Amino acid sequence: MAPLLHVDNISVSFDGFKAINALSFDIGDAELRAIIGPNGAGKTTFMDIVTGKTRPDSGDVRWAGTNVSLLKRSESQIAQLGIGRKFQKPTTFEDQTVHENLLMSLANRRDPLAVLVYRRSQPDEDRISGIAQQIRLSESLDRLAGELSHGQKQWLEIGMLLAQDPKLLLVDEPAAGMTAPEREVTVALLKELAQTRSVVVVEHDMEFIRALDCRVTVLHEGAVLAEGSMDFVTADQRVIDVYLGR
Amino acid sequence: MPELLQRTVLTRHLLRNPSLMIFLGALACVCLAVTILGEGFGIGLISTSFIKTLGKTLCLCMIAIAMDLVWGFCGILSLGHFAFFALGGYMIGMWMMFARTRMIVIEAAQNNVLPPTPVEISEAVGTQIFGVVGGAEIPAIWAFADLFWVQLSFIALVPGLLAYVFGWLAFRSRVNGVYLSILTQAMTLALSLYLLQNDSGLRGNNGLSGLQNIPGLDHVPQSILSIIFFLASGLALAVTYIMASAVVGSKLGNIIRGIRDDEARVRFLGYNVESYKLFIFVLTAVIAAIAGALYYPQAGIINPTELAPIASIYLAVWVAIGGRGRIYGAVIGAAFVSLLSSYFTGGQAPDIPLGFATIIWTDWWLVLLGLSFVVVTIYAPQGLGGLIDKLVTRERG
Ligand SMILES: Nc1ncnc2c1ncn2[C@@H]1O[C@H](COP(=O)(O)OP(=O)(O)OP(=O)(O)O)[C@@H](O)[C@H]1O
Ligand SMILES: [Mg+2]
Repeated sequence: MAPLLHVDNISVSFDGFKAINALSFDIGDAELRAIIGPNGAGKTTFMDIVTGKTRPDSGDVRWAGTNVSLLKRSESQIAQLGIGRKFQKPTTFEDQTVHENLLMSLANRRDPLAVLVYRRSQPDEDRISGIAQQIRLSESLDRLAGELSHGQKQWLEIGMLLAQDPKLLLVDEPAAGMTAPEREVTVALLKELAQTRSVVVVEHDMEFIRALDCRVTVLHEGAVLAEGSMDFVTADQRVIDVYLGR
Repeated sequence: MPELLQRTVLTRHLLRNPSLMIFLGALACVCLAVTILGEGFGIGLISTSFIKTLGKTLCLCMIAIAMDLVWGFCGILSLGHFAFFALGGYMIGMWMMFARTRMIVIEAAQNNVLPPTPVEISEAVGTQIFGVVGGAEIPAIWAFADLFWVQLSFIALVPGLLAYVFGWLAFRSRVNGVYLSILTQAMTLALSLYLLQNDSGLRGNNGLSGLQNIPGLDHVPQSILSIIFFLASGLALAVTYIMASAVVGSKLGNIIRGIRDDEARVRFLGYNVESYKLFIFVLTAVIAAIAGALYYPQAGIINPTELAPIASIYLAVWVAIGGRGRIYGAVIGAAFVSLLSSYFTGGQAPDIPLGFATIIWTDWWLVLLGLSFVVVTIYAPQGLGGLIDKLVTRERG
């Protein structure tokens, strides 16, 4: 079966520095995948390329086994294809309520006129309260996103991804700044999500990755260094040398 | 009865927005009071020229709402909206000047033995209008100047098209922030320099004049016309306010505020940010143009200095002082600052002798405005509207 996302030999350099170096790998349907690697390994840059923010110098990114190359699409078109993204730094719309944040993310029509005449509907409201429950923010629907705690903002951002109903979720450092109980909730949340769609998680926290209990890809200097189960990659001497040993 | 009220979109919108009702109520009171106190229909306590000032102020409030939508809500600091305002004025001014000159020419020719041919009429009109710039030909852009409805539609179409083309080019190339502001200002400057030329077809630096005279309404005194224009401006402002609050209250309002705060995030949600910016830019340009078309008949004259870049900067100052991101803030800012400005620059404000120097307000008003802008930016970044918000929320709890 063709993979959901096929990354084929991509390279990108910034001012001569190769941030991604002939990187190839696949993400399957409804797969949970962790990506680890030292700072500057190119993890965020990889997500930038998949979501259309950065154009690679060479290589290709193909979507859902079709002939669709993501490289020719704009950010909004890629998002509409079904790729959602959570940023390293939590980015919600702080000036707007949790409800509004979720409403904007719902998978409805995206053109200005349809959005202008949009009327709230019961199915949409049900969906929002369902998501709010999942991300533990039912009590906070009318609060401004800016008033939430750091961990809650991360959840809200995951909730916004859920509302988009994407086929592939790219999640950059979801556990950063979270307390231990918050982390547990987040692990449960991501696992739940991965039952119906593919989720790619970038994280530095090894406990967190271990708890996810999934296939792990180790990136180093813009290329795959090792791939396999958590136990397998952590036993790899090269991984210990460049990442874990430090 | 209440269910019936609930049913229409407008009443539902009104009931959901108490501040909108307060504004409309206040506006209606002002309109009523001015009509009663004016010379045209009432007791004549307010002079006709002051009524024109008030009517013009309402138009400025209208363009301030447009500025607030595009800047305060969508984050595009446009320094070009006065260009659209002036273009709207030019479009209606062309009809007024042409139609009225034509009537005068035909009237003057009535004593002739032979009735004038269309060519003779058109030559006489051309000489009358374009004599000041040394021409007699009627330029091609005046082709429809005699057709009221066509020229009326140009008020929205011409500035709307300019905004569309400009916005499409600028937003598509992802020009943002200061660079976009500079670009809008360059557009305004280019337009005003073009209009200053004698062969621009719009009478160069003379501009269009005599706009206080409405073709075909010569028998109606200015005292009545001024009230009519004042009320028309009030109505247009009310419609603009209702429309603007509907836009910002809709889901589109959420999106444009999102674009203002984090454009990239909106993109990754799957929205085409450029088309939203373009929508708001064109919408507000058209609002500005309609405001201008109501403004210049009350001013009586329009010339290229009206769209000097500084005018659009003032507009940003009004909105900043009134409070960005609040529609009533824009209205308060524009009304407050422009009325004060006409008080201080109109020569009514008493000069203040300080011994070593005298404060002559016509010169010092700009200094005062600049200072208040600085003070507001530092001590009340949310503007006057933000202060009102604070008072209201404190009272509530
Ligand atoms: N837009 C850019 N311009 C220049 N250099 C960049 C740009 N984006 C990333 N880089 C560089 O590319 C390299 C890879 O960065 P990237 O953010 O992908 O690393 P990362 O694996 O996400 O690291 P971290 O774990 O610290 O988040 C870094 O050295 C970074 O400085
Ligand atoms: Mg990173």
